[in-house]
Amino acid sequence: MKLDANAKYRDTHEWARKEGDLIVCGITDHAQESLSDVVYVELPEVGDTLDQGETFGVVESVKAASDLYMPMSGEIVEVNERLEDEPELVNSDPYGEGWMIKFKPTNPDEWDGLLTGEEYEKAVAEEEG
Amino acid sequence: MWLAEEPLLFEMSSPGRKAFSLPDLDVPESPLPEGMTREEVNLPEISELELVRHYVRLSQKNYSVDTHFYPLGSCTMKYNPKVNEVTAGMEGFTRTHPLQPEWMAQGNLALMYRLQEALKEISGFAGVTLQPAAGAHGEFTGVLIMRAYHVDRGDTQRKKVLIPNSAHGTNPASVAMSGFEAVEIPSDARGNVDLDALKAACDETVVGLMITNPNTLGLFEEHIKEVVDTVHACGGLVYGDGANLNALLGVARPGDLGFDVMHFNLHKTFSTPHGGGGPGSGPVGVAEHLLPYLPFPQVVKEGDTYKLVTPEKSIGRMKAFHGNFGMMVRALTYILLHGEEDLRQVAINAVLNANYLKARIEKVYPVKYPRTCMHEFVASGNIADGIHTMDIAKRLIDYGFHPPTVYFPLIVPEAIMIEPTETESKETLDAFADALLKIAEEARTNPDLLHTAPHTTPVRRLDEVGAARKPVLCYRG
Repeated sequence: MKLDANAKYRDTHEWARKEGDLIVCGITDHAQESLSDVVYVELPEVGDTLDQGETFGVVESVKAASDLYMPMSGEIVEVNERLEDEPELVNSDPYGEGWMIKFKPTNPDEWDGLLTGEEYEKAVAEEEG
Repeated sequence: MWLAEEPLLFEMSSPGRKAFSLPDLDVPESPLPEGMTREEVNLPEISELELVRHYVRLSQKNYSVDTHFYPLGSCTMKYNPKVNEVTAGMEGFTRTHPLQPEWMAQGNLALMYRLQEALKEISGFAGVTLQPAAGAHGEFTGVLIMRAYHVDRGDTQRKKVLIPNSAHGTNPASVAMSGFEAVEIPSDARGNVDLDALKAACDETVVGLMITNPNTLGLFEEHIKEVVDTVHACGGLVYGDGANLNALLGVARPGDLGFDVMHFNLHKTFSTPHGGGGPGSGPVGVAEHLLPYLPFPQVVKEGDTYKLVTPEKSIGRMKAFHGNFGMMVRALTYILLHGEEDLRQVAINAVLNANYLKARIEKVYPVKYPRTCMHEFVASGNIADGIHTMDIAKRLIDYGFHPPTVYFPLIVPEAIMIEPTETESKETLDAFADALLKIAEEARTNPDLLHTAPHTTPVRRLDEVGAARKPVLCYRG
């Protein structure tokens, strides 16, 4: 499983990374691998304000559809419009070109509560049991 | 199976051929108004023989429970006895219309009444509606009844419906359709509802719990009484998804377990056709306190007369006319054909067949929750490096078997969900188990055989990803 050393994680398989004042967010390498080929990504509207843990979108593969959860509370400032035509970017580069949303955190302290890469790896191992 | 790929009628078309002949015109010709005619309509021109062969060849490619084993987990693809078709085709049923007055359709109403009564007896509920057209429609009906019950009591702050992560995938959709919020409840290490998580989620905002028992892992809920009591203690209702009722017939009654509402799938448990041969039928049973909210119409018997009535606080009509009546005829036929003892034997054999298959393959295909299963079980296709469940499923087609349900339930990675049903012989089960074991060996010795499967079908591995990403919705592309 690949991890991004600069990112933090949620046990629901989203990653979050600081980019200036903003947070970038996508799904983990483990998540894209479990889903297999992603065929559709539904993203929120710019300007939407969402709470931590709230659904910000849906990712669909040939196997399953899964909700996407906000790692922190915030206001959406940008979504990755390329995913509309190229959802496969989520598979090929989950931490890079496959990013999903950028948001302005409304409660920056929530960052500290997110999982480190190591903690996330442990959570995945437990889930796979 | 006819293996050649069948061309489209459009591709077989040749100008001037036709498969019809109309009588000579015996009235004055009246042309369509100017501007409303087209020269090119692009309809295929085919002779009658070519047309007949086209459809007969297509029908020979059909895969059905009448031709092969169909172990599609969660779908209960049991054999549908042919006598069902005899009764459903009886003139008294086929030559009636739902708009005929009650006195002219007493036989039809009698059949509906007897089916309502039979389902009540089988399930332990106080009342049954036959309206819903399928399982998910039954769920929707059931949740609307739960909503009506709470609203009628002035209990309007209830918005959350709790759904275990081992439930059927349609449950959250039915909840959303009813204007409520679905809240997921995790499973514990034995595949039961996590009781602590359930207790923590139960409060005065809970409409109820939607539970499938046995659940989609094919496991009977070991703490079902505590689960039901916990939900009732916070004022919530318990909805049972009856999709897996085949495992309980004549052995346990959901009404006795404390369930308040449940839908039946006549097209699973009671042998009416489905999977392209439908339509379905999803009657809903309710406990005493929910009787006033049942949909219209209910069939009642007064003396020797059958009547349609509207329950006092009915949620209204859920379907045009009386529901999918033809399925009711087939289901009652099945119930009467079996009787109490044989229906119990249906459940016992369904559970026995599933456990037999599980025992034959579980050393090779790991089963996440190693308990005695009910009518189905969930194994994993995680058997060799680079092999996925989809490869195993496709290879099974080469061995002449319909693949089981794959990648569901979501809580088991690489899930293979197998439901043999009670109608299969030991020889069929053994042949299927042998094929699965052989495939596991191929996965180690010749994995490409799996990656490129199926090999024996008119079309090979379909590009599902391409079809989803760039669908071609017109035959001309």
